[in-house]
Amino acid sequence: MLRRDLLKAGVATGFAGGLTRAAVAQTARAQVLRMVPQANLTSLDPIWTTANITRNHGHMIYDTLYGMDAQFRPHPQMAAGHVAEDGGRTIVITLRDGLKFHDGEPVRAQDVVPSLQRWMRRNPFGQKIASVTDAVEVVDDRRLRFRLKRPFPALFAGLAQVSNSPAFIMPERLAKTDPFQQVREAIGSGPFRFKADEYNSGSMVVYTRNADYVPISGGTPSLTAGPKVAHFERVEWHIIVDAATAAAALQTGEIDWYEQPPPEIQQLLGRNRNIRVEAIDPLPLTGILRFNHLHPPFDNKALRQAILPAIAQEDFMAAVVGTDPRNYSTGVGFFTPGTPLANDAALGPLTGPRSVDRAKELMRAAGYTNQPMRLIGPTDILAPSAMTQVGADLVRRLGFNADIVLADWGTVVQRRTSREPVANGGWSMLFTAFSSFDFANPAAHFPLRGNGTGAWFGWPTAPRLEELRDAWFEAPDLDAEKRIAREIQTVAMDELPYVPVGAYLSNTALRNDLSGRVSGLALFWGIRRG
Amino acid sequence: MFAYIVRRTLATIPVMAVVALFVFSLLYIAPGDPAAVIAGDQATPQDVERIRESLGLDRPYLVRFSAWLWDILRGDLGVSIFTNLPVSTMIQQRIEPTLSLMIVTLILAISIAVPMGVVAAWKQGTMIDRAVMAFAVLGFSVPVFVVGYLLAYYFALEWDLLPVQGYTPFSQGFWPWLENLILPAIALGSVYIALIARITRATMLEVLQQDYIRTARAKGVGQRSILFLHALKNAAVPIVTVIGIGIALLIGGAVVTESVFAIPGLGRLTVDAILRRDYPVIQGVVLLFSFVYVLVNLAIDLAYTLFDPRIRY
Repeated sequence: MLRRDLLKAGVATGFAGGLTRAAVAQTARAQVLRMVPQANLTSLDPIWTTANITRNHGHMIYDTLYGMDAQFRPHPQMAAGHVAEDGGRTIVITLRDGLKFHDGEPVRAQDVVPSLQRWMRRNPFGQKIASVTDAVEVVDDRRLRFRLKRPFPALFAGLAQVSNSPAFIMPERLAKTDPFQQVREAIGSGPFRFKADEYNSGSMVVYTRNADYVPISGGTPSLTAGPKVAHFERVEWHIIVDAATAAAALQTGEIDWYEQPPPEIQQLLGRNRNIRVEAIDPLPLTGILRFNHLHPPFDNKALRQAILPAIAQEDFMAAVVGTDPRNYSTGVGFFTPGTPLANDAALGPLTGPRSVDRAKELMRAAGYTNQPMRLIGPTDILAPSAMTQVGADLVRRLGFNADIVLADWGTVVQRRTSREPVANGGWSMLFTAFSSFDFANPAAHFPLRGNGTGAWFGWPTAPRLEELRDAWFEAPDLDAEKRIAREIQTVAMDELPYVPVGAYLSNTALRNDLSGRVSGLALFWGIRRG
Repeated sequence: MFAYIVRRTLATIPVMAVVALFVFSLLYIAPGDPAAVIAGDQATPQDVERIRESLGLDRPYLVRFSAWLWDILRGDLGVSIFTNLPVSTMIQQRIEPTLSLMIVTLILAISIAVPMGVVAAWKQGTMIDRAVMAFAVLGFSVPVFVVGYLLAYYFALEWDLLPVQGYTPFSQGFWPWLENLILPAIALGSVYIALIARITRATMLEVLQQDYIRTARAKGVGQRSILFLHALKNAAVPIVTVIGIGIALLIGGAVVTESVFAIPGLGRLTVDAILRRDYPVIQGVVLLFSFVYVLVNLAIDLAYTLFDPRIRY
């Protein structure tokens, strides 16, 4: 109980009455979870934008046909199950009983089909599913059918995708919105309801427990699989942009959970006996150095390879999360460390002895003759900003004719869309980071694509990477997936669409009276007080 | 007087038109792309382009400007690119916290700074005067966010007397409302108090040298009456001017204060909108701030007549 609350109640109603009032306030408080999220929630449509905060909002209010467990295995969530027919070319999915949208309407296959169709137009995994699907159609209110061109084992992994963007199910009238336009309402069938009347972007987002939600029976919550049991009547996201203020609010008990405190604040919070700091996801995020493959100097593969001996992943990670090795990994390849596809194939150039001099020799051999290059990076987003600073120092030490352009994130995301050469305002190199889910397999792994101008910013052309990605989708089992992943990494270390610069854990801070948090991302089922 | 008010009010129209043109053009040439921010880190360039088209950001400058201007003339500030909410709704949500913060800061600053300045002038050259001046220098020199952090550390973290952050609407009670504003108002008001105290002292020193003050003393008028009735009223015009000019300081300072104390006001809204390139929101808020500033200047000009009957419009 806050001293302030006790004093206030005591002054207002006399000491004895004050104690009663304070006790009532304390009980009400126990039903509310107050959290400071990683960012402001500006957009409510998780299909329209791929912002992580909107994805987290999506997991609050929407549900998916299949959930993904912490071992990246899909399990039925809204689905009761499915039947494969015609040698796996037809999949009939049945919805489980009792599913209801927040407006009271039942969830029907007529809602699910347009939701999936909208998702398949925006999401790369969804686009892949669309390319192997002749039709996805309503059988009846509770059943839908995928008619596939050929058996597609990765279908359920796609429908269970956790991160950007999950295949969330919306009411039919919303799901029919153009995927490049925002939906106008936030109505799902998930464990929490969005309180539109209390939404104040930049200040507060409120959810209440969905009393009509029926969690699946049995099992334990694991990532987005298992029963989604909400223990709080109300969840409030308090948008506090200042890290010191958020930390102070957590220390005083004004908030219960601070999703993403910066490293220096984590140390402070770690010393408080009422607070615990832990990895929000046991799997790390991966930092990357991205080249622009369209123009000199990094259209030259030999030059991209030349800088590898100078890249020390420790340096980049220490800048992001500090020097405590428990918070980062080195020797990181193209798949998230700790996931089934992570491997060590062809990583020698990143793990051997580090040498700037050796890199300079290789640069000369690659024909680098002082052509200008431009490194762009943000100043207002922690990890990319820190990696950019280390990268800027590195390119200077390597003797590049470098122009370092630091700006706010809004400017960087615009500037990186430029396909112009450096002389016309283009860029050559940037640093950013991706979540564990994004790099767990080739499906959502945007920077690993080699489809030229259709690829993620930097636009590498590497047809073999595309072939291997397609092969991974068709892989019959995990062993086959692993074999393909090793080959992908071998090709990637040769082509270098990007260079992994290490992986780091994202820590979160909670009051000690909270337990049952589901690992992976900021999820609000399972977590309870006491 | 009435004609003057009408004339000044009409004069705001061209001022606002210039502000509108300036704001729109500045945002048009500024780097940044809301479509890229919306699309997120994982979007492809094609996704960004489709979103840009759907938002109408690919249209030429003149088409966009004339559409926006037409909406403004009809009283429509537009819709936020990100939240899909009308800009007027977003401003309504945010105006109360900012207004509350400014009012509490103004009351706090004036009620502390004016007596401080008066007393410093009265006790010129003494320890009290030096202490007031030292405080004024400190108030000017220490940034608002440092004051804010120090206050939060002691009053919230160490002594648990006031909340660290947040805002409670006035409709939920006077004390809950005030409780959240005390620390931010002190932090924001520190510069303002310093400014007003210095001006009050300087102006009072000048007035206290006047013949009519000496005459009042000779007639046996009490010290309090001399200071607060005779001298202060005649020193009021420059003080009111500084208070008015200081409102611009408050608007600027509110951005920082609202960030430090997590107050959901217009300052935060502006910064968030700038970082995201939410053009309609930036344009709406800047127009509002400009309009308020013009009105404050008008109010100050009118207030002169209250303190100095020789001023006529």
